[in-house]
Amino acid sequence: MSRESILAAIKNNQPDHQALPDLHTFRRPNTGDPAAFKKVVETLGGQVFEIGSYTEIQPLIAEHYTDLNKVVAIQDSYLPGAATQWETGDGRQLEDVDLAIIPGQFGVAENGAIWITENEVKVRVLPFITQHLAVVVAAKDILATMHDAYEERIVRPESGFGVFIAGPSKTADIEQSLVLGAHGAKSLTVFLYTPKP
Amino acid sequence: MEHQHKEHALLAEDFNANEPRVNWHDETLWWIRQKRDKIAWSIPEWEELRETASRIKHNVLGNLHDYLLEFERKAQENGAIVHWAANADEHNKIVLQLLQEQGVKRMVKSKSMLTEECHLNPYLAEHGIEVVDTDLGERIVQLAKEPPSHIVLPCIHKKKEEIGELFHEHLGTPAGNADPKFLTAAARQHLRKEFIQSRVAITGVNFAVAETGEMVVCTNEGNADMGAHLADVHIACMGIEKIIPQRKHLGVFLRLLARSATGQPITTYSSHFRSPKAGQQLHIVLVDNGRSRQLGREDFRNSLKCIRCGACMNTCPVYRRSGGHSYHNAIAGPIGAILAPNLDMKEYADLPFASTLCGSCSNVCPVKIDIHQQLYKWRQVITQEGHAKKTKAAGMHAMNIVLSKPGLYKTAGGVGRWVMRTFPAVVNNGMNPWFKQREMPAPPKQSFADWYKKNRPE
Repeated sequence: MSRESILAAIKNNQPDHQALPDLHTFRRPNTGDPAAFKKVVETLGGQVFEIGSYTEIQPLIAEHYTDLNKVVAIQDSYLPGAATQWETGDGRQLEDVDLAIIPGQFGVAENGAIWITENEVKVRVLPFITQHLAVVVAAKDILATMHDAYEERIVRPESGFGVFIAGPSKTADIEQSLVLGAHGAKSLTVFLYTPKP
Repeated sequence: MEHQHKEHALLAEDFNANEPRVNWHDETLWWIRQKRDKIAWSIPEWEELRETASRIKHNVLGNLHDYLLEFERKAQENGAIVHWAANADEHNKIVLQLLQEQGVKRMVKSKSMLTEECHLNPYLAEHGIEVVDTDLGERIVQLAKEPPSHIVLPCIHKKKEEIGELFHEHLGTPAGNADPKFLTAAARQHLRKEFIQSRVAITGVNFAVAETGEMVVCTNEGNADMGAHLADVHIACMGIEKIIPQRKHLGVFLRLLARSATGQPITTYSSHFRSPKAGQQLHIVLVDNGRSRQLGREDFRNSLKCIRCGACMNTCPVYRRSGGHSYHNAIAGPIGAILAPNLDMKEYADLPFASTLCGSCSNVCPVKIDIHQQLYKWRQVITQEGHAKKTKAAGMHAMNIVLSKPGLYKTAGGVGRWVMRTFPAVVNNGMNPWFKQREMPAPPKQSFADWYKKNRPE
């Protein structure tokens, strides 16, 4: 029941209003560089494949992964024959997923982050609980900075949950030694998609 | 003065007993500071970003009342349940009640310095509920029954061999294995079981957006997401100063946070929690615990701008060489030393003195808090309130007498130089705190005043 007393103390103690600064000078519209994005994702420990068609995904996965028993693909076109019926449950049904292939709405060149929401992945825990994560993002959807991301692409909340994912999960808590694969996905693959003319 | 613990200088002395270890600690943190510099300097507009972040936070402080109401309204529209806690005790009671309603005896928590500040874990343990910390570093210090020594790098004071031993004892890993990759994999397996079993998850909050009622939580490990998305009940605990006005302001803060903290361009995960998933309860606990009082202290209110990146610790020559535990507070380092006296001025009277006032903390702070100036101001407040150490007060009093009388100053200097030359043991001994971990310099033959008289240009 402290709400009123906290609010009263704040009102009494807060300094005078100062205007919010303008953020427009930080914008770099239409300058998102897929090559720069790729380089940052790689420095974060991810791997990037440039593809011209979704049909290229399957052979790349066969080449680069071993021991995949359960694969979830958000779109059938990513990987025909992937697991079905995976959406039903509280998320724990995904404990044994080896690889999830999901779409990303856009990427950010300055930090390698990809924006993913509940609308696409359907089950929130999927990109985290899967052992390995692959994200398909269109090369035309690479933005330059986080300011462009928030002001152009996620102006209004459009989903109950959204996340920027930049690289595989990692930790350096033991003597600052970088180890990939903390609690989330152990690896990240990005399929950077430019449709063939 | 009755303290429950030793003060900073004495705790730092314990830490300094092992010189190679202090050097290692010092170098590790300085390496992180260098990574921060490298990535910060790669962004031409870095200084403008810091200035902008500082001004956004200033706007927040001036409108906190209205922003909190806006955040509460939006969060409720999103389906969250909002609680208000005046202090640590009320926060802990709210969380306990939520856990008792669910009937859980064990649950997962991702890193939250607020719950450390409130001492939530021991409180819940007293009531028969076990908290499993899931950030790897926090889990390590939890197994070691220690508090975190750094807000971003909780076990930065631990060697991998010690961690190997802890894991051998608690997780059954082979004795003598101290390979970070192996130990991390063991922790992953152990904590996956906890995530799967846990019906309640507690997380901290990095930023809460008034405009949308959403909360952003940043981790590299993915532990906050593993916990929150699998749980039936998500409890998010946040200090009231975590509010930012609009979603677009996240662009500024997410650019600054990880770069300042560890020299990364962004954390692996920046999760935006707006509404609970279908069938889930989302509780948000807004905690004051002295923040509204700090807001009223004109000289110190800027400390509430802090985004908990830890850059001030990594750069601080005193933190690097004294270790986080010597600050005997949930938040160590320069920022901890200006936040703690607001919570209890007597208990933390020593902390603002644990600084050289070099100003490096203020120079790296991403929201431009005037940390070293606040440390200096706290010293004055603490001394005026009578909480300064008696020896320090007596020393300052003697200095005041000597420095304000030129004749006395001249005589005292001459006597001092003669004593140091003739009987060096008088100063080079353990009674002189300046002699600890140091060699005293050779005393000069003449005073500066004498030298100047001889050498000044005609």
